[in-house]
Amino acid sequence: MSGGDGRRGAVVAIASTVVFFTLLLVAITHAPGWPEVRRTFFDWGQFKDSLPEISRAFLLNVKIFCIAEVFILVFALLLAVMRSLPGPAALPLRLLGIGYADFFRGVPTILVIAMLGFGAPALRLKHVPLSTTFWGIVALVLVYTAYVSEVYRAGIESVHPSQAAAARSLGLTHWQSLRTVVLPQAVRRVIPPLLNDFIGLQKDTALVGFLGSVEAFKQSQIDAAATFNYTSYVAAALLFVALTIPLARFTDWLVLRDRRRRQAAPR
Amino acid sequence: MSEALVLDGVRKSFGHVEVLRGIDLRVAEHEVVCLIGASGSGKSTLLRCVNLLEPIDAGRIVVEGQEITTAGVDVNRVRRHIGIVFQAYNLFPHMSVLRNVTLAPRLALGVSQTEASAQAMALLDRFGLADKWDDYPESLSGGQQQRVAIVRALAMKPDLMLLDEVTSALDPELIGEVLEVIRELAAGGMTMLIVTHEMSFARDIADRICFLDAGAILEQGPPGQILSEPKEPRTQQFLQRIIEAGRL
Repeated sequence: MSGGDGRRGAVVAIASTVVFFTLLLVAITHAPGWPEVRRTFFDWGQFKDSLPEISRAFLLNVKIFCIAEVFILVFALLLAVMRSLPGPAALPLRLLGIGYADFFRGVPTILVIAMLGFGAPALRLKHVPLSTTFWGIVALVLVYTAYVSEVYRAGIESVHPSQAAAARSLGLTHWQSLRTVVLPQAVRRVIPPLLNDFIGLQKDTALVGFLGSVEAFKQSQIDAAATFNYTSYVAAALLFVALTIPLARFTDWLVLRDRRRRQAAPR
Repeated sequence: MSEALVLDGVRKSFGHVEVLRGIDLRVAEHEVVCLIGASGSGKSTLLRCVNLLEPIDAGRIVVEGQEITTAGVDVNRVRRHIGIVFQAYNLFPHMSVLRNVTLAPRLALGVSQTEASAQAMALLDRFGLADKWDDYPESLSGGQQQRVAIVRALAMKPDLMLLDEVTSALDPELIGEVLEVIRELAAGGMTMLIVTHEMSFARDIADRICFLDAGAILEQGPPGQILSEPKEPRTQQFLQRIIEAGRL
């Protein structure tokens, strides 16, 4: 393709994009009922009023995400290693791992959150925190550990058995081989799918609001209830998107870089 | 001459397929034995059994006077004395050359980082790889990778080296540098059990050649005898095919 064709292609692409989105915008804003929609969801005054409080509440989402993520990464790795243990003696551990992953991937997240968030404090046990946020985090950790352990496990299984064989042939124990040879390669390979699960977790922090913790979703619900206007939901949605889009692009970039690197590798 | 390796009636099956059907083999200290035979004859499986990467079904294997196939043997301890080099190098891709070589001495032998590095550098230097110490495996040529794999095995100071078709994955022009390394090891008195398809190399380096057929040693003897005047029809057929392929 010559340079002239490339430039013409770019002009066509820009023109068609501008025309398409202009038509779409005109169609939406001229549709019957648009004024009501605009008043209910896109009220600039409401947006400005609710954004500061929702942003403050959103910090709780970020906090829940960060705390949960650390525990998920560690527990999921332990679970994945448990499921990859060799030998007949480790069967009960493998079964436990399989049962755990099956259960927590099968049960709706909101159900686990409700069960723990409402149920655990109701036990009135000593030394058990009553904070709904605490139990919300515990529930998210339980559920996401199941998902993320599957990701780790896929990574462990993707490392060719000849790598472990080489390590063992040098006299390394199973654990030494796992720690120094298999896991470092496995984890590197699953970073993109891990980030994908992070994105899911970021969104699911909103489920903790269901327990009454005032995070971004709960705050926007409070605002909406007070004003009968739903612009606050849009504000909360924008905050989530602002956080997940960079992570999603970063993940795409990592996948692309990984693919390029593998294709460029000699042989 | 004392025996470095003894195999007595070793049998191994994968499912219903019996890959090794009663292998008897003795390798003396400082002896170089080459195993030849068609693919599927059990050569590689034999090496993997000696390194306990595959458990055997019957028979026994004795290394340096110690039976390694009885119950309760510490497999990790056994493997430290037996180096194995694979066809596909199997270097650790996420580690530099130096770390590939020092990993096992540090973890399995408890050698300090500085000592392991010094020993590794000496070995790398000996095999012309000193300037590659900080490179990652994928940036090396196949021949260099295989030499690193040999150095990695040597860093454990093994009594016995097992080489499994170490030149089969290499481009023809890279085979020489790897064979040169093996020749040097043989000259240094290393006991070796070598699976190879390089007949002229086997003739050159082996004290003895064993022809494997269908999981058993059909014929063995000095290279001149096996390669030039084989007695068994199966050996003659095999060598005929090799000659027709231009490999002898």
